[in-house]
This record gives sequence, C-alpha cells and structure tokens, in this order.
Amino acid sequence: MSDNLDAYLILSGLLFAIGSFGFLARRNAISMLMSIELMLNAVNLSIVAFGAFIPDLGAQGAVIALMVMAVAAGEVTVGLAIVIAIYRNKRTPLVDEYDAMRR
Amino acid sequence: MGAVFGVAVLMLVFLGQDWADALFWILAAILIIAGLLVVTMRDIIRCGLAMIVCFGALAAIYVLMGAPFIGAAQVIVYIGAISVLILFAIMLTQTKDAPARLVFQTQAGAAAIASVIIAIVIALAVVATDWAPSAVRFEVDTDAMARLLFTDFVFPLEIVSVILLAAVVGGIFLAKREPGGPS
Repeated sequence: MSDNLDAYLILSGLLFAIGSFGFLARRNAISMLMSIELMLNAVNLSIVAFGAFIPDLGAQGAVIALMVMAVAAGEVTVGLAIVIAIYRNKRTPLVDEYDAMRR
Repeated sequence: MGAVFGVAVLMLVFLGQDWADALFWILAAILIIAGLLVVTMRDIIRCGLAMIVCFGALAAIYVLMGAPFIGAAQVIVYIGAISVLILFAIMLTQTKDAPARLVFQTQAGAAAIASVIIAIVIALAVVATDWAPSAVRFEVDTDAMARLLFTDFVFPLEIVSVILLAAVVGGIFLAKREPGGPS
C-alpha cells in the first residue's frame, strides 16, 4: 500500500472531506481556520504524492508543496489577526453572531 | 499490559505485510482519527492539540513517502509556527461559556452529507483515473529541489517572500490595539 499512489490520494481526499466538514459545520471562527489548515494539508499531501510517484515531475512537486506551506503560513497569520480584531469588538469567536452587516 | 496486547494485535494484523505498509496504515489511521477529532471535539484547545497530532502524522507520511525535506518543513512550519499561532489565538479569544454552548452550526447534518459525498467523489475519481505512476516510488532529491527553487521557480519564490512580508505586516496592523479604541 505504501507504494501505491491511489492510497495516498484517497487518504488526501478523506482529509480534505474532513476539513470541508469542519469548515461548514463549526461555529467557532478559529475552528474554521483549523479546518482550512486541514484542507491545505490534504492538498499538500496529494501534491507531494504526485511528485513522488510521477517521474516527469521530478522535484517540482516538493517545490510547489513548499510554496503552498509558505502561503498557508501567511494566510493563517492574516486570518487569525482578523479573528482577534473582530473578537475585540464583538466579544465572541462564534461566526454566527457576526451579523452586523445583515441587520 | 494493554500496550503489550495492542502491540501483539498489531503484529498479528501486519504479520504478512511489509513494514512500510504497516507504518502507512498506522499513520493513516492516526491522521484520519486526529482530523476527525479536530472537527468534532467540544473543547477548542483540545482541537488545537489534535491538530498538532494530525500535522505530526502527516510529516511522518511525507518521510515515509521519500520526501524527508518536506517532512522537516512540515514540522517546522506547521507544528512549530502555525499550531503555536493558532493556540495563542485560541487563548486570546476564549470565553468562559464558549465550550459549554453549541459547537456546530444548524447546517451540520447537511455539511456532513456534503463532505461524505466529496470524499466518495474524490475516491471514485482517483480510482477511475490512470495516473500513469512509476511502479516504484523514488526519493525526492533535496539537491535537485534546491536547484529547481533557484532556477525555474525563482520568480514564484520571490513572490512568496513578498506575500509573507505583506502578511506579517498586515497581521500586525490588523491585530494591533488602536489607542482610544475598544480595549
């Protein structure tokens, strides 16, 4: 199994589905950010798996995975800063209470 | 006693298999269980800790896959930086009544159905497609990676560095407490 590309891709798909469930279902904004991290990790896993199993790609898969990691770090920095800024005004981390633009 | 029993069961299960396969199954199980814990547990601090376990298992899978540099980067970036950042944000935004109240939105059932469908569709697509992979997995050469990073990928590399700088400055600006604003 560990020499099979399909196994890694299915594992990555499962992790992506778990992350999407968390993003859609959780109420806490930080939980949603953690779910986004899970989804990014799933995509990274599939990228590295392609890089490790398809000879034409060579080391490109690993390089792209590094780029994804760096962009994910930037994304989580800005996302958490936004959550903290909103928390300072609204006093709650729950996203369904952020309804200032709906009223 | 329990640990000995567990190891015995594991050895029985994986008796006929390769050790790499056994490791893959164990790590995949840890990854999926930790991922499920991240999205389902009530206490958000424990969600964060389960996320660290999830990232660690993923780093081990990278090493198993023959990409040790990516595994090391995963440990440094995700476990060392992003998890700590998220745990700090959790501590800054925790209210007393948050864990006791409802964890899921009202659309959680629909979300569960949708994500199961996503998983099934991805699995079907993966199985149905011929990816033309090589029969053997090969090691990702770190030296080749470094050369690629500074020849073909040098422009994306610079873009990523600018994005990181902008993200850091923007994060400081957004999270900064304004004088005279709400505390």
